[in-house]
Amino acid sequence: MWNYSEKVLELFYHPRNQGVIEDQGEPEYAVSRGEVGSIACGDALRLHLKIEIASDKIVDAKFQTFGCTSAIASSSALTEMVKGLTLDEALAITNRDIANYLGGLPEQKMHCSVMGQEALEKAIYHYRGISLPEHEEDEGSLVCTCFGVSGERLRKVIKENRLTTAEQVMSYVKAGGGCGSCLSVIDDILASCQAPAGMTNLQKINKIQATLESLRPYLQADGGDVELFDVDNDRVLVILKGACGSCASSLDTLKGLIEERLRQEVFASLTVEAVEAV
Amino acid sequence: MTIYLDNNATTQVDERVLAAMLPYLTEFYGNPSSMHRFGGQVAKAVQTAREQLADLIGALPSEIIFTSCGTEGNNAAIRSALATFPDRKHIITTQVEHACVLNLCKTLEKQGYRVTYLSVDSQGMLDLLELEAALTGDTAVVSTMYANNETGVIFPVEQIGALVKSYGALFHVDAVQAVGKIPINLQNSAIDFLTLSGHKFHAPKGVGALFVRRGVRFRPLLIGGHQERNRRGGTENVAGIVGLGQAALLAQQNLAQMQSVQALRDYLETAILRTIPDTVVNGQGSPRLPNTTNIGFKYIEGEAILLLMDREGICASSGSACTSDSLEPSHVLRAMGLPYSVLHGSIRFSLSRYTTEAEVEQLLAVLPGIVAQLRALSPFNAADQGWIEERTQAVVPK
Repeated sequence: MWNYSEKVLELFYHPRNQGVIEDQGEPEYAVSRGEVGSIACGDALRLHLKIEIASDKIVDAKFQTFGCTSAIASSSALTEMVKGLTLDEALAITNRDIANYLGGLPEQKMHCSVMGQEALEKAIYHYRGISLPEHEEDEGSLVCTCFGVSGERLRKVIKENRLTTAEQVMSYVKAGGGCGSCLSVIDDILASCQAPAGMTNLQKINKIQATLESLRPYLQADGGDVELFDVDNDRVLVILKGACGSCASSLDTLKGLIEERLRQEVFASLTVEAVEAV
Repeated sequence: MTIYLDNNATTQVDERVLAAMLPYLTEFYGNPSSMHRFGGQVAKAVQTAREQLADLIGALPSEIIFTSCGTEGNNAAIRSALATFPDRKHIITTQVEHACVLNLCKTLEKQGYRVTYLSVDSQGMLDLLELEAALTGDTAVVSTMYANNETGVIFPVEQIGALVKSYGALFHVDAVQAVGKIPINLQNSAIDFLTLSGHKFHAPKGVGALFVRRGVRFRPLLIGGHQERNRRGGTENVAGIVGLGQAALLAQQNLAQMQSVQALRDYLETAILRTIPDTVVNGQGSPRLPNTTNIGFKYIEGEAILLLMDREGICASSGSACTSDSLEPSHVLRAMGLPYSVLHGSIRFSLSRYTTEAEVEQLLAVLPGIVAQLRALSPFNAADQGWIEERTQAVVPK
């Protein structure tokens, strides 16, 4: 039997926001949907968002889910989390945020949180008229044909969750868990997401420095800034200036953003720590 | 209150079985191999158990080797058959075997054996013509189940055996789910090896047996002392063996009672089909064990059903992917080519002689509500087939 958290069980037994949102034709609101998964995969989610056009805010969210306990709980959690957020704020939600909201998920069930994040992204992109690549229809870009997972999606999940093994990848997006023929490709992608072998300390620091430099103009435009203090193996120590002076939450957001970017650009296992200017 | 409808997973130890065992866990602790009366009386108890078990399956006591579990019996039989024919490098089994047979075969493939995994049809039944086409002079052993653990589908083992004999190969039957539930008589049978396990018919876990027909060569899996006439080393699990013997005796006395278990199963099945729409019984078109029903509840997922039933104290099991560590649903239901809308929502109810009508009524009282609750959450339904992307595929084991 799976070891589910109290929160998972609570949202499974008493799911909040189940159902559909019908488009009532109200001119100030838009309704958008995101569909992820299929009956063959064993889980599927249709997320409904009601968006207030003027404020770009999600005013209501509902879900329909086919799946196990944690799939239903993750979907319900997601709808609770996004209500009241602007679309930009909602897009910043990662699958780990969903899992954390639930008090954690068994590792083999992390794919339920990924499904939530993807449905959210789909619904918002759909509303904004941005077309997402249809992985399922484009067999050529698929790494895992059993579960319809593209290389692009694999890299994103590997980086966001700092995955290092094929078994973890299976737990998060199921890839490799069917016929297993793509496992060696997944290994290759994992390797390419880690720190490139043979990168010297100096190369690493230069790359971090260059990435930070590329970020500074955006931060400065908002009254913030970042400066590289030191690099200690996987730890990147930076001096941060937030947009709102030393407001702790704004610094945290800033640190998170910088970390995401550095992980994408340099290597997936690094962490960013903010230090006080000496 | 617990309503236990998962008897193909394991069963309750009969209190008479426990009573028979207890003296061998307390005062009669001697070693059956010892050269004193204190050990000798224990050896007698083991011999009595051997006779009781032999009686249940129409075997000779000397054809019984006590083991620790079904997995041991299956491993020992298949490996022994291969050792008997060192020049034959072909094994035939089916796609719906228990993991211990499938994984053993996968291991043997790496060691140079060729394995044919016979398919089954949508009712879980083998095709004897496919078996005949697969048999060659190179075939060392054919290993099939007697009855399937998930669907209860019973294979025509004597017909299979006759074909196997005509090619001079050995025939092993995994009868773990069949023994104690249906009559078995090995006296004039084509079966060379037959595996059984105690905890599937009210003996404790940790004891089983392998039938090896008289005259069939047997090479032990566990090399040790002279126990089990040099065929299975290791000091006997005396209390377990005594329990197995007692359970065999009770099973024989209760075989007629399996008809009432079947009547209860049929009632349960019919009532579910009548009261809950979009449900199917998997393998219904084949002969089945009297205690087993495997029902697919379309458009919802098995683990969610299990958890909601668990809250009502009802124990069953599911072939859905989410109930296992693997991401694929049941290999048995996939081999039957069932649509994914059915197999992710498949639940196995397995009854026993302890199952009461009141328990079945209690299940029937709550199950329609549970299914309706999950269907209300599901984006899929019979009217909206658009997004289902239904597919079926029989998958050969990796």
